[in-house]
Amino acid sequence: MSDERERGGEPATEIPTEIPTGQGKRLHPLTPWRRAWAPVAGLCAVALQNASEVRDQAQGDGLGWLLLGVAVLVLGATAYGYLSWRVTRYLVTDTELRIRTGLLFRRTAHLRLDRIQAIDISRPLLARAFGVAKLKMDVVGSGSADELAFLDDGEAADLRAELLARAAGIAPEAAPGAGEAPAHQLHQVDARMLGWSLALLGSGWGALLAAAVITPLIWLATSSVFPALAVLVPLLAAIWRGSLGAFLTQYGWTVSESPDGLRLDHGLLQRDHATVPPGRVQAVRIVEPLLWRPRGWLRVELDVAGEGNERGLLLPVATRATAIELLGRILPDVRLDETLAQVTTAPRRARWAVPVWRVGYGHGVTDAVFVARAGRLRRVHTLVPHAKVQSVRLTQGPWEQRLGLASIHVDQGANGTATARLQDAAYAADEVAAQADRSRLSRRTATPDRWLTPHPNH
Amino acid sequence: MDTVAHGPGPDGRSDAADRWRPIEPGVLSLRRLLLACWLGPLTVAAVLLPTLLGAPLWALLAVPPLAGTCWGWWALGRNWRSWRYLERDDDLLIDRGVLWRQLTVVPYGRMQLVEVTSGPLERKFGLARLQLHTAAAATDATIPGLAPAEAERLRDRLTELGEARSAGL
Repeated sequence: MSDERERGGEPATEIPTEIPTGQGKRLHPLTPWRRAWAPVAGLCAVALQNASEVRDQAQGDGLGWLLLGVAVLVLGATAYGYLSWRVTRYLVTDTELRIRTGLLFRRTAHLRLDRIQAIDISRPLLARAFGVAKLKMDVVGSGSADELAFLDDGEAADLRAELLARAAGIAPEAAPGAGEAPAHQLHQVDARMLGWSLALLGSGWGALLAAAVITPLIWLATSSVFPALAVLVPLLAAIWRGSLGAFLTQYGWTVSESPDGLRLDHGLLQRDHATVPPGRVQAVRIVEPLLWRPRGWLRVELDVAGEGNERGLLLPVATRATAIELLGRILPDVRLDETLAQVTTAPRRARWAVPVWRVGYGHGVTDAVFVARAGRLRRVHTLVPHAKVQSVRLTQGPWEQRLGLASIHVDQGANGTATARLQDAAYAADEVAAQADRSRLSRRTATPDRWLTPHPNH
Repeated sequence: MDTVAHGPGPDGRSDAADRWRPIEPGVLSLRRLLLACWLGPLTVAAVLLPTLLGAPLWALLAVPPLAGTCWGWWALGRNWRSWRYLERDDDLLIDRGVLWRQLTVVPYGRMQLVEVTSGPLERKFGLARLQLHTAAAATDATIPGLAPAEAERLRDRLTELGEARSAGL
């Protein structure tokens, strides 16, 4: 199809091969084992589930047949893994990254370099032992994130650097040698602070409490272990996610700055690495759980178009000063304290609509961002830069009409909405018009979408 | 630049009343027809069955569907009258709803895709539906009842303006 632009340029004979034979690179030779692993694991799971049947079979027809069957399956899986590794190739052209996979159903993904939002490198524990890494590309408009698993460590870093360099418009000849852009560390989250912050978070404790109370109750009520287990297992997962699991993934959270954007490295067992180009940030959320507030701690989350890393976390926990400094790197026009000071609480009559939680709802506007506040116990400020606004909506339900209230919704490109609920109706109508104007004006003055421009403070 | 930049809300009628456009009356006919098709037979059945079976008092069961039909007839009219849209220099405004009011402002520069669809029933009534998509899935910008010619004109104009004002994500 688009082979004319290829440097190799030979006309395709049968099927138009997007990656001409002899070109493109293969993944790390370890990869087939990863592919073969899944069927074998599936087989083991099936065998475990039907353990008694397997035992009968083994006693009846003899162990030999069973082992032979397993051996054939393992060999088949390995052969499949090997063959699918052989056909998997990737190629970087001037405009695209092409990945070809699939043994029976061939699939070629063309990722447009200028649409790549972020490239993450991830190293699971086992992969770290073998010195390989996974490269994950976030592209706007493609449903799932495309990934290259696995690549040699150094190769992954080089490829990531090359892709980012090409995406940012460095001359194609220079791109392969551009190498990893230099980075300097801005902040590292202290392990003790992280531990404390997780301990002060309600979610882990809440799940623990629920597990301690509900499971015995169910056990007593049904006098059977299985319903209790059915409740306990998801609760255990929640406890894990809220405590130790979160600690392990967020351990050593490092934010550094490079010309490509902010780099996030984290994880104790599995090391993850993500790059967030500041120009792609659609919204920033400042989250302040109840017990963090006396200490002035907060969490900073980002909404980036495309699938974000670790649910778009920029900082799992930070002091106000750190957050202000880091936020300045992403949204240079935003002064966090002034911005949050702009937020005013919903009018008093809103208590007839939402009695106690009304105090949590608030709204404010600065020259740079639209701010919406929600939450009484866990306070969340959502900041949307005017230039990133996709559409503005005003909604008013029947009860809100009676009270003369309305809600303003500001939609941004990362499929999120900042909602200023329960504002005065007349004010909200003016505000929607004003917001449309502000967005229009700041879109005109907004800098273009190239993020590899040197930072003024760099 | 933009003469109607202020007050596009439900209260902004004075400024731009002449430029707000309603949607086609065909939408109302279509929706009322659908309502009648659903609830009408139900009402008739609820009246006829008990009478034929010799328990005429049970025919009172027909009251809720009948009331529903009447209320729906009236509510659809009210809802239809509430729909209107306005093309401004830089954005499209869609205002709708009576009980649940909603005003949507979509800047032309943000449009990723403009879609005109028309189902078989809609075609019978000479209607087309125009839908705008932006990068935000929450953007709910649909105009259900346009004359096909108007829908095409609007689509072409929006596409043209969208290209001229396009901005990145």
